[in-house]
Amino acid sequence: MNKSELGKEDYPLAENRPDSVVGARNKTLDALTMDAVMNGDVTMEDLRITPRALKQQAQIARSVGRAELAENFERAAEMATIPQDRIMKLYELLRPGRAESKETLMKEANALKVEFNAPLLAAFVEEAAALYDRRGLFQIRF
Amino acid sequence: MTDDIDTSHGANRWRRFDDWDERPLRKDQFAVEDPENGFAAFNGAADPKPGLEITDGKVTSMDGVAASDFDMIDAFIATYHLDLDIAPEAMAIPSEQLARMLVDMNVPRTDLTRIARGLTPAKLAEAVAQLNAMELGFAYSKMRARQTPGNQAHVTNAKDDPLQLAADAAIAVALGFDEIETTMRVARNSWSNALACCVGSAVGRAGTLFQCSSEEAEELEIGMAGFTSYAETVSVYGTESAFIDGDDTPWSKAWLAAAYASRGIKMRCTSGAASELLMGFHESKSLLYLEARCLCLQQGMGSQGTQNGGIDGAPLASTIPGGVREILAENLVAVWLDLECASGNDARHSESDMRVGAKIVPYLIGGSDLICSGFGSILKYDNSFNPSSFNGEELEEFLVLQRDFEADGGLTAIEDATSLALRRRALDALAHVLMDLDLSEPTESMKKSVAVASGSNDTESFLPRDVAIISDKIHDNEITVLDVIKSLHRGGFYEEADNLLFLVKLRVSGDYLQTSAVVRNGKVISAINDPNDYRGPGTGYRLTEARRKELAAIRDVLNRKEVLRFEAASEEMESRRIEYNTMGPATAGSDPLEVVIGISPGFGTKIFRTLAGHPLSAVIKSLSDGIRRGGGTVRVVRLMHTADTSFLGLSAARLSGSGIGIGIQSKGTTVIHQKDRLPHNNLELFSNAPITTLTHYNTLGYNAATYAKGELPEPVVVPTNGEALGARFHARVALTYAIETSMTQSGASPEEVETVFLEGAQ
Repeated sequence: MNKSELGKEDYPLAENRPDSVVGARNKTLDALTMDAVMNGDVTMEDLRITPRALKQQAQIARSVGRAELAENFERAAEMATIPQDRIMKLYELLRPGRAESKETLMKEANALKVEFNAPLLAAFVEEAAALYDRRGLFQIRF
Repeated sequence: MTDDIDTSHGANRWRRFDDWDERPLRKDQFAVEDPENGFAAFNGAADPKPGLEITDGKVTSMDGVAASDFDMIDAFIATYHLDLDIAPEAMAIPSEQLARMLVDMNVPRTDLTRIARGLTPAKLAEAVAQLNAMELGFAYSKMRARQTPGNQAHVTNAKDDPLQLAADAAIAVALGFDEIETTMRVARNSWSNALACCVGSAVGRAGTLFQCSSEEAEELEIGMAGFTSYAETVSVYGTESAFIDGDDTPWSKAWLAAAYASRGIKMRCTSGAASELLMGFHESKSLLYLEARCLCLQQGMGSQGTQNGGIDGAPLASTIPGGVREILAENLVAVWLDLECASGNDARHSESDMRVGAKIVPYLIGGSDLICSGFGSILKYDNSFNPSSFNGEELEEFLVLQRDFEADGGLTAIEDATSLALRRRALDALAHVLMDLDLSEPTESMKKSVAVASGSNDTESFLPRDVAIISDKIHDNEITVLDVIKSLHRGGFYEEADNLLFLVKLRVSGDYLQTSAVVRNGKVISAINDPNDYRGPGTGYRLTEARRKELAAIRDVLNRKEVLRFEAASEEMESRRIEYNTMGPATAGSDPLEVVIGISPGFGTKIFRTLAGHPLSAVIKSLSDGIRRGGGTVRVVRLMHTADTSFLGLSAARLSGSGIGIGIQSKGTTVIHQKDRLPHNNLELFSNAPITTLTHYNTLGYNAATYAKGELPEPVVVPTNGEALGARFHARVALTYAIETSMTQSGASPEEVETVFLEGAQ
């Protein structure tokens, strides 16, 4: 087993492994003080969860027998750097009758791989595309 | 032949049915069990038998459906929920045995959550269906994920008034809710609701999680602006048609689950019995089986938890035989699948307070991650979701239930004296932010009206249209939680600014994304660092002595000191009405028309009013007047050897020349006795002192004189309206009586007492 994998003894990370918690602009929790906020040194970007933190939480979840939760955190880790409108556009396409055909979703899946290096999400969308095709979900509903 | 028997009764049915028709219960509708049409809690007409076939590491059939025929839900469950390494072993365990393992305290929770990862929906449903309601409740308590129970509040109002939201959020935090949830009457007011509750929830304590239930995309956007910290609007359904009708698929919902996590926002799904039935897509399957499918989906998509247990379908589920038991069963499936469970008890399932009270008991005594999801912390008409099982109106009932059962429902009583100050603090903080960020200018009179208002009917504050303008500005000006923190700080609301900063920093580490996470005392606790390890008595969640005392500390609690203080206040009044002059030892009388009134040791010396509130001077006067009216003469003696009504009466009778005596305790309980009777076989008794009037005492005196003359009067009957007099008075009775009994001296002789009515006498 990988010695660097985190487990339940590391949880909560903010208390037990504060050194490993770093925001999107490399600020540690200690740096997120009220003074820094008032000086304008803290932005919403500093308060965003990072792919690294999500992967760490995935390790912890897996160590306590929650593989499915871990997989969700791993998909989230890929999503963390994808812009909001893109995430919402894909959500919309995954709803019934939004994508016109399997190819629409397959194209998006490919973009996830190429643009965002998100293989888990890409596979997830490809899988949906195949199933939607079989269940006749590419009918426009409104 | 004629039948001349009159068969009419002046009514065509027993009138008790009319009485029953008037009860709130009869506003509830009840439906017949009809499995074909989806009205079945446990045994649906089309429920499949559990089954699983795996070939070459792939599911080829699940619960009687071949893989080639899987709908989206089957496909998702087979792919993401089922752990094929565990499934063969798990599916081989008979359902009866699984049911027994669920209630066996020696089988660790973690063994069962592992097995659940290999069970199909039909198997999970079949296993929990073996349990009766008691076993379901016990198993739920054993299987829930986090050890420390918690609770969630709704904070909304009928005007979407941000001032009231802030004040009510602060109160919800003070009550101890771990999460608060808002929603709007008017959808575009979402940003205003979010900001207002966010500020209010930062008053008093840090770490209360907050969500604003709105349209999916907007809810995420509000979360990204930092106002909210969790979401539970990701609904799933148990049939494919219902899912599509709800405009989603398992994949689109799973996408959202990941999206929330990717923004550091805690997320749980929602599902509940009867939503498919309500939407018309039940496939003739039972509530439980469809819920098992929903829950396997949620577990498979990696949701940390679920809002489950009827939810909006609870009222419909409860129309079906066994519906409330089914709600318990689906909650058990949720925690067996290792999900955080916000266990419903929200949408009020009945107009009957008794049905509501009964439904909450298993959750209250067994605990739940969030007992209600949520509890209406506001008044019913202000709840923009719908009235909850418990609301602002019934909040103290919940507090008392906690105290009764010594069960932690997550709440703590608030003090009358500090609540107004707390509301005022929240109002000032929000008003400052609204002005400072150029959103609006609330006036002092608006703040004042909201501070004291129980609900929005009593406020002179913002109206929905004003709120829409505020809400649009927050959105258009791209205001974030950092702007609010800075504004609070600028306004001198340092503690609130710190509390909010603490909360948004939590999302950097993502610790609160783990199963069943809430924040207590500034620390994240979840199923990881606070796991439910119940293994029988002495294990699992236990109240600390400090927490037990907190639960006991409701307002207006009576004690001995309080009773004596109350009596001391009456003593001064009585000193202006009556004198009791002790005239030496009492002897047997010879007057054949004499009625002796035997008063108790504390009568007029320690205790001065009856439970009905009558001054004892007035009671003695009424009794005396009545005796004289009946042609008798009055003598008063104080008995020192007993405080018991029967013995007071019998002792008085034995001193009486007529053989008739009246015994009276200072709390007002009175008896007419006769010297030759057994102690508890009296002539007349007023046992309900709290509803006994002075006229009753007068008539009792009259009757005593009538008995003295050897005649038989009409006994006095004190009418009752069925008041729970024990509940209303027994604490005071016990304390008062204890004061009297402590004054008795065994063998002490009775004393003659001269009663002198003074000017103040009534």
